[in-house]
Amino acid sequence: MPKALYRLLLSLCLLLPLAAHASEAEYFAAAKPNDQARLLQEWAAQPDPARLALLTSLQQGRISPDDNRKLRLNNRLRGLVDNALASHQLLSGDPATRLQAAQQLQKTAQPAQVAFLDRQYATEKDDSVHAALGLALANLQLAAAEPSVRLAAVRLLGETGDPMARTRLEALLDPAVESDAGVRTAAETSLAQVKRKLLVGEILGQAFSGLSLGSILLLAALGLAITFGLLGVINMAHGEMLMLGAYTTYVVQIMVQRYAPGALEFYPLLALPVAFAVSAGVGMALERTVIRHLYGRPLETLLATWGISLILIQAIRLVFGAQNVEVANPAWLSGGIQVLPNLVLPWSRIVIIGFALFVVLLTWLLLNRTRLGLNVRAVTQNRNMAACCGVPTGRVDMLAFGLGSGIAGLGGVALSQIGNVGPDLGQSYIIDSFLVVVLGGVGQLAGSLWAAFGLGIANKLLEPQIGAVLGKILILALIILFIQKRPQGLFALKGRVID
Amino acid sequence: MNQPLLVTATQKAGPKLSLAIGAVVLLVLVALPLLSLLPDGHALQVSAYTLTLVGKILCYAIVALALDLVWGYAGLLSLGHGLFFALGGYAMGMYLMREAAGDGLPAFMSFLSWSELPWYWAGTQHFAWAMCLVVLAPGLLALVFGYFAFRSRIKGVYFSIMTQALTFAGMLLFFRNETGFGGNNGFTNFRTLLGFDITAQGTRAVLFLLTVALLVASLYLGWRLARSKFGRVLTALRDAENRLMFCGYDPRGFKLFIWVLSAVLCGLAGALYVPQVGIINPSEMSPTNSIEAAVWVALGGRGTLIGPLLGAGLVNGMKSWFTVAFPEFWLFFLGALFILVTLYLPKGVVGLLKKRGEQ
Repeated sequence: MPKALYRLLLSLCLLLPLAAHASEAEYFAAAKPNDQARLLQEWAAQPDPARLALLTSLQQGRISPDDNRKLRLNNRLRGLVDNALASHQLLSGDPATRLQAAQQLQKTAQPAQVAFLDRQYATEKDDSVHAALGLALANLQLAAAEPSVRLAAVRLLGETGDPMARTRLEALLDPAVESDAGVRTAAETSLAQVKRKLLVGEILGQAFSGLSLGSILLLAALGLAITFGLLGVINMAHGEMLMLGAYTTYVVQIMVQRYAPGALEFYPLLALPVAFAVSAGVGMALERTVIRHLYGRPLETLLATWGISLILIQAIRLVFGAQNVEVANPAWLSGGIQVLPNLVLPWSRIVIIGFALFVVLLTWLLLNRTRLGLNVRAVTQNRNMAACCGVPTGRVDMLAFGLGSGIAGLGGVALSQIGNVGPDLGQSYIIDSFLVVVLGGVGQLAGSLWAAFGLGIANKLLEPQIGAVLGKILILALIILFIQKRPQGLFALKGRVID
Repeated sequence: MNQPLLVTATQKAGPKLSLAIGAVVLLVLVALPLLSLLPDGHALQVSAYTLTLVGKILCYAIVALALDLVWGYAGLLSLGHGLFFALGGYAMGMYLMREAAGDGLPAFMSFLSWSELPWYWAGTQHFAWAMCLVVLAPGLLALVFGYFAFRSRIKGVYFSIMTQALTFAGMLLFFRNETGFGGNNGFTNFRTLLGFDITAQGTRAVLFLLTVALLVASLYLGWRLARSKFGRVLTALRDAENRLMFCGYDPRGFKLFIWVLSAVLCGLAGALYVPQVGIINPSEMSPTNSIEAAVWVALGGRGTLIGPLLGAGLVNGMKSWFTVAFPEFWLFFLGALFILVTLYLPKGVVGLLKKRGEQ
């Protein structure tokens, strides 16, 4: 609709006595549900910009912006309100609003709206809104009288990857619904097209959630691999470092809420150093008090650290309760990018993947470009020789343990943004991160990286095909078979040391 | 440790004293079920609760003994023995469910509106086949897993982690309703065993006596094994596998044998556990349970055979007291036990007693 006309309409409505619209609202509020539905359908077919305010407040469950009375609408009416509102928003001057409205109409538009949509489709200038409107129109045209219109609509639907288009096209395959054979064949071709597009979206989506799982596993396994390579012991309390990190995020969130509500948006950034410090501190304390005294007895260390994890879990349960605590996503981490009609990549997961890679880079720099890293690598390769050359092995052990635990703490912050935070959080990740270490080999960043992402993606790709449980079992079996071939993991350290 | 502690202790204390203690313990264990048969209200009557509790602990003691055989002697710390225990229990449970259901399907299958039994339930209405399953299910799984694990020389913490992942996978599998083992709820509501009412005092007493018999038999078996040349090879394997290989031994067969034997013992213990406790569900396979078994062995003393029995009794006795008196602090206590035993009691309670004896 040309802008001038739109402005004219707008000014006209301003001139109209407000009471008229107030009475429309009153009329609507007083009507019976069936009449309300009829009204909403009429409004959707013939939008009037003056009604925008009324519909907006209806959507929020009120009668008008300055009236606080609650209006109870059932689900069907609520859907109709959304539809009518979208119809009105198509008249908006803002392309983004129009696009949203057109997408809403793809789902909910009614046959009575065809004439209106046709008019809008003809005058729409913005390309993406034009395309979206075309789809909304095509959905309606599937029921048109002339076969040629239906055929065009079917062809248009074939080019989308919209899950809704699939159900609509599937219905057309039935001769009882669609009488024209030509349209039926076209529907079949279009359906195949849509299915292919949907499949691509699905697989990409699974691969993406695999990447996201992999990045969490990576953060969990990185520290585990470092300490395992260094000390030859497995820290069963490592999962609890993730949990501590997540709970630290929760505490930081509450603190920021209380003392600096303005900065609440950025609390995850503040939580990162705090979580690192807390987890690293606990890790170093563990190393000093327990693990140090069990050197050379890896199996006992396993049991002792399991005991520590029991104590940590129970302590958290006593302090914070056994229920999950609520960690909120800040606005900049919620929402996502719509890549395909059935594929949305959430921002939180994208940020976490990036963050995990960043942490790997930092760890790589730390291990390969600093004095501490040199010492860690020396002790990993040959403890006695390193000690003879003056490397303070005890200090290196403690710092490396702190580093590994701290990384897990960072993982906990990341995890708190996409999952539930509860006392058992660490337990659910620990076995998978062990498998990453087994698969990736010890003390090897590259091995951990490939193993974590590989396991994550394999898990998520297998899940819909054969179920989560069978997928896990299959992966376990594959790992056991893999170890037959390469007992030292994907990337083995070359050395001549034997026990 | 040149020879099993049990042997050393027996030599030190003199055969008379240890025999006397063993006889007293055995006498008490045999007397318990008989006392439970006394009429209600009798001063000496042992309640059904006590009998079930002690019977349960005895089953755990068999698991501890089985774990000691692989960990204490062969140096393989398994964190997945709960799986074998549960498999034996499930095999027994299948028979009990069939018995309770009569000619129809077990109740949980009717809820899933299944019309026929899955193939692996075939023949479970026969007690003999169920008993074969009790041995075969854990035995075969252990054989296959052990074959691959020992072939590629997985040992130490790697082995522990793989066994833990194994029992975790088993737990996930049995949690599914589609697996055909009752999902979350597992098997319960048993009625009869070979026609005898399972809640009757007489049946309970017989099951208890059978558990005692299995315990004594496995203790004797373990003792004979430990004294034999086979036991010495196992100990050598634990302490210096490479040297043993240079001496011309192939460790795989030794490991596999003791591993499968241990799994079968666990399965038998599970089969006796289920009718006494009256329920089996997938949580028995949770890694937590298996790792708890390791602390029984560690507390009692590894490689002593008698120690793990002591450990299982101590920890489980403590657990049943704690979970009633201070439920919130049980995990603190258990955690502290894990840490303190590994730090300060490397040879367990038996080692402590032995040191006391030497002084």
